[in-house]
Amino acid sequence: MSSRPARVQLLVTCLIDRVFPDTGMAVVTLLERLGVEVQVPVGQTCCGQPAFNAGYVDDARAMARHTIDVLTKTSDPIVVPSGSCGDMVIHQYEAILQDDPVYLAKARSLHERTHELTKFLVDVLGVEDVGSASTDKITYHACCHGLRGLGVKDEPLALLGHVHGATFCPMAESDVCCGFGGLFSVKLPDISSAMLDRKLDRIQESGADTVVVTDVSCGMHMQGGLRRRGSRVQVKHLADVLARGAGA
Amino acid sequence: MSIEPATFDARTHKALADTALRKTLRDVTAVILDSRAAGLARLPHSDDWRDHARRIRAHTLSRLDHYVDQFVDAVESKGGQVFYAGTASDAVSYIRDLAIAKRVKLVAKSKSMVTEEIELNKGLESAGVRVVETDLGEYIVQLAQDRPSHIVMPIMHMTRHQVADLFKQKLGATDEEVADIPEMTQLARRVLRQEFINADMGISGCNFAVAETGSITTCTNEGNGRLCTTMPRIHVAVVGIERIVPTVHDLGVMLNVLARSSTGQNLTVYSNIVNGARGAGTERAEGDGPDEFHVVLVDNGRTAVLGSERAEILYCIRCGACLNTCPVFQQIGGHAYGAVYPGPIGAVLTPSLQGLEHFNDLPQASSLCGACKDVCPVRIDIPRMLLSLRATSVDTGRSPAWVGLGIHALRWVSTRPALFRLAGAAAARATRLLARDNWITKMPGHLSAWTKTRDFPALATTSFQERWQAKRRGAR
Repeated sequence: MSSRPARVQLLVTCLIDRVFPDTGMAVVTLLERLGVEVQVPVGQTCCGQPAFNAGYVDDARAMARHTIDVLTKTSDPIVVPSGSCGDMVIHQYEAILQDDPVYLAKARSLHERTHELTKFLVDVLGVEDVGSASTDKITYHACCHGLRGLGVKDEPLALLGHVHGATFCPMAESDVCCGFGGLFSVKLPDISSAMLDRKLDRIQESGADTVVVTDVSCGMHMQGGLRRRGSRVQVKHLADVLARGAGA
Repeated sequence: MSIEPATFDARTHKALADTALRKTLRDVTAVILDSRAAGLARLPHSDDWRDHARRIRAHTLSRLDHYVDQFVDAVESKGGQVFYAGTASDAVSYIRDLAIAKRVKLVAKSKSMVTEEIELNKGLESAGVRVVETDLGEYIVQLAQDRPSHIVMPIMHMTRHQVADLFKQKLGATDEEVADIPEMTQLARRVLRQEFINADMGISGCNFAVAETGSITTCTNEGNGRLCTTMPRIHVAVVGIERIVPTVHDLGVMLNVLARSSTGQNLTVYSNIVNGARGAGTERAEGDGPDEFHVVLVDNGRTAVLGSERAEILYCIRCGACLNTCPVFQQIGGHAYGAVYPGPIGAVLTPSLQGLEHFNDLPQASSLCGACKDVCPVRIDIPRMLLSLRATSVDTGRSPAWVGLGIHALRWVSTRPALFRLAGAAAARATRLLARDNWITKMPGHLSAWTKTRDFPALATTSFQERWQAKRRGAR
């Protein structure tokens, strides 16, 4: 990336839009504090990932074309606060649009300029200390699609390492799936719950009061399980932590 | 052997209720994954080795007809006989007929997944031929009339105490003979040694077949495989057609990544290269080895897979690393998959070879976390193969109606932003009626599967996009 972008488009993701809007506002706060102007392209909905994962490729393709139309009105870089939706836009759109040359070309252009949030901060903006502060005891769960689809590995840890006042509590098996897997969690709920149980054990063993994730989908799965256990541990998107400035 | 219980769901529940099994799975996979990591760490540039291994597999399979021909010519030039079996029953018939013609009474078998796939033992036993599994794990599986639960460690699902009880019951072993694992191994050795001496036919699998030399390779850690291929007067090697590598040089690469990915060893202890019958390829007849060498090349659906978008699954070298690392396999073990090949590789291979009719559940039994792809020595994109099978499942009407309705509805509103807003607002109102403190403990319909063990979040009354627009209006 040759120059630091002055403006980005935020693909907020449908889950953040409709279930965790505070996290979306946190992403905006964070980016604006770093001097990046945020645009939220009008008409954004669901990127199609749930359909693609369930094998409904035609439906996924229709949603991909819609999202591509929404995001190609300007050529500004795109920031996605999700590894799962990010991987969909960055990698899977090209895979499912092979027979559609017009949209394939557009998908390729999105591949070039779409960034998962933590990679955007660290790799594009070159920032690790975003001036945030927290008194939380934080542990980190590496969400699968960000980790293995996009290589989001060191960036969240580097950002967390610069949160002033926070205590970091390492978690064993931090890169093992929490068992969410989208529809997997309701199609095969018993296997999914067994996987979640294992994850919650590791979270509770870490001694943290806050689990940081880079995908709210995995986050709501773990939070739902923690609540059911009667645990007070909170799951937060990394943006929620980073948006809290040292002066706030 | 019929599979009990009959459905994937029932098998899964049985496994999840078995806390001893789940502890064994977790303990064993943790140890083996540590060994794998250490084994690869000892190999400088191990990622480059894996890339190269993948290139060898890709190249070979892209010209498989050529390399099969070359392999067949090489085996035959050394006096071996090759039979190309289009189906499992063709393969079994050939071996059974051979056993009958040669008056074979006893077969000593080394570990082989492809013979499990074609159900060879059943076929031979129906002709009155006794078959003895000589790999310790497979021997225990046979004694227990069980099935292997892992492609490398057949009795991963058993504890040593269960094996001790089995030996006492089936072999009349004394307490001293089953006191510990070395004692039990010695007991099995004593029993099996006599079987090797008496066997008329040895049947092996094959890890890699070398096209240029007509060699087959077996990798074992017990040495029993070598006895099977050398002591009996007839050796039959059963080889999946995709097992071929072009040259001995390529074999070196494959053996290296196989051992490290599988057990973490630098090389499997007994990595045998078999060049055919006694005296094959040499000026003078040598004293050891079988009189006859037969190779049965098994297709059994592989050619069809090779021509499909899932051809890459045939790159698999059966190391088992994807099973070990899979968080689903770690919970349910191999038997739950109800097929010869379990785990992520099996979830692709089984329905690809045998059709989705009976195995539609397997490609669904994954959170698509991608851990399998990460550890695969030949970097098979297993998640993509699973997605391809899920798409086939949808296209052939095997996806549940409620999933289809949900996805079509999601598409309908997602391609109409105004509707998306309205639907979101309606869903928010509905969930808020059910929620206390923003979370719901009991959801209706199919989402009740979620709330059996997890709270479900209520949707926000005001969406992010609505808040954003309000903020923009305020700023103006």
